[in-house]
Amino acid sequence: MVLTIYAPLFASSKRAVVTLVEKGVPFETVHVDLMKGEHRKPEYIAIQPFGKIPVLTDGDYKIFESRAIMRYVAEKYRSQGPDLLGKTIEERGQVEQWLDVEATSYHPPLLALTLNIVFAPLMGFPADENVIKESEEKLGEVLDVYEAQLSKNEYLAGDFVSLADLAHLPFTEYLVNEIGKAYLIKDRKHVSAWWDKISSRPAWKEVCEKYALPLSALPL
Amino acid sequence: MVVKVYGQIKAANPQRVLLCFLEKGIEFEVIHVDLDQLEQKKPEHLLRQPFGQVPAIEDGDLKLFESRAIVRYYATKYADQGTDLLGKTLEKRAIVDQWVEVENNYLYAVALPLVINVVFKPKFGEPCDVTLIEELKVKFEKVLDVYENRLATNRYLAGDEFTLADLTHMPGMRYIMNETTLGDGLVTSRENVNRWWNEISARPAWKKLMDLAAY
Repeated sequence: MVLTIYAPLFASSKRAVVTLVEKGVPFETVHVDLMKGEHRKPEYIAIQPFGKIPVLTDGDYKIFESRAIMRYVAEKYRSQGPDLLGKTIEERGQVEQWLDVEATSYHPPLLALTLNIVFAPLMGFPADENVIKESEEKLGEVLDVYEAQLSKNEYLAGDFVSLADLAHLPFTEYLVNEIGKAYLIKDRKHVSAWWDKISSRPAWKEVCEKYALPLSALPL
Repeated sequence: MVVKVYGQIKAANPQRVLLCFLEKGIEFEVIHVDLDQLEQKKPEHLLRQPFGQVPAIEDGDLKLFESRAIVRYYATKYADQGTDLLGKTLEKRAIVDQWVEVENNYLYAVALPLVINVVFKPKFGEPCDVTLIEELKVKFEKVLDVYENRLATNRYLAGDEFTLADLTHMPGMRYIMNETTLGDGLVTSRENVNRWWNEISARPAWKKLMDLAAY
């Protein structure tokens, strides 16, 4: 049965998509037009009751929340592609730790920057300059911790690439491009080297090419 | 080996870890980190948790932080001991994961600023943002409507059994139910959410944690 990912063009979905590509798992995609409010329609709510993206379906089985999908795919296809969970329970514990750090500490300020800088002008809502300033500061503080961690380890959870690193790809791509604050990454030696390494992985390049969100085509 | 948990028994995120240990019969020792004195921001604690937060654990050579990562690790490592908090198949475990993510990304994200504005700011004599409180309540209600629906056909969030999906909610729910008056409008008015909360908060491990916390 072929796996299906919904809304592959959006950043949160790309966490799941890149995991599938890294593991060499074939999958289909279904576009969900957020601009047209497709995520709020009954047919979509039936598979994701919060009206959020992405969802993965595998026959009758469905699962939502991008990081839960990542874990499921990484575990189910453990024996193929890179082992993104670590080799031992202890290594997995470190992967879980940094995956949670991404969710609780890295993502919130970066999401705020993405919404206020990238999407506000496109969608016609006012950007909050205070939020931008606070989020930039907060993200900098978090990246200072990353700099220390990455000076001791090649990747976040150790010397192996894992779900924890991949989870950072989609929104950090916005940070260094459309948000225009690449300095946060580039000015930190080890963070910069880590970013170059993970963002030049063939799987991520493939995801960026195949599932680019046409920002310029978004309605005002 | 007795696991050292750095944090405060009364604080929500350490409670997630302590509750897991109580459910699984894992021995632990709480080493108090005084949050009111900002001990978590001091150099000694930053060595254990570089973001200046609690909890952090030490188990021999193993060190971990992020409460949900800690409970996932112990639920996996001690799968055969105490309450099975993960589910027996990969598919079931993934649904547990899904609802732990939902708790973190939708519920905690709303409940935390709500509790800060309704409980903590008044405590420290700071003005609370009334408009924000109203906005957060609306968001919270929308999330709880989904829970109400889910719990109409499932005894627990991930299915028939109590799992990490339910456990992870409990410290935050306690704040809402016991330290604010929001519980009536948000929870007791929803038949299934109410039933679920009453059932999970009657578990012996939760009662034991409440004894330890001595509110």
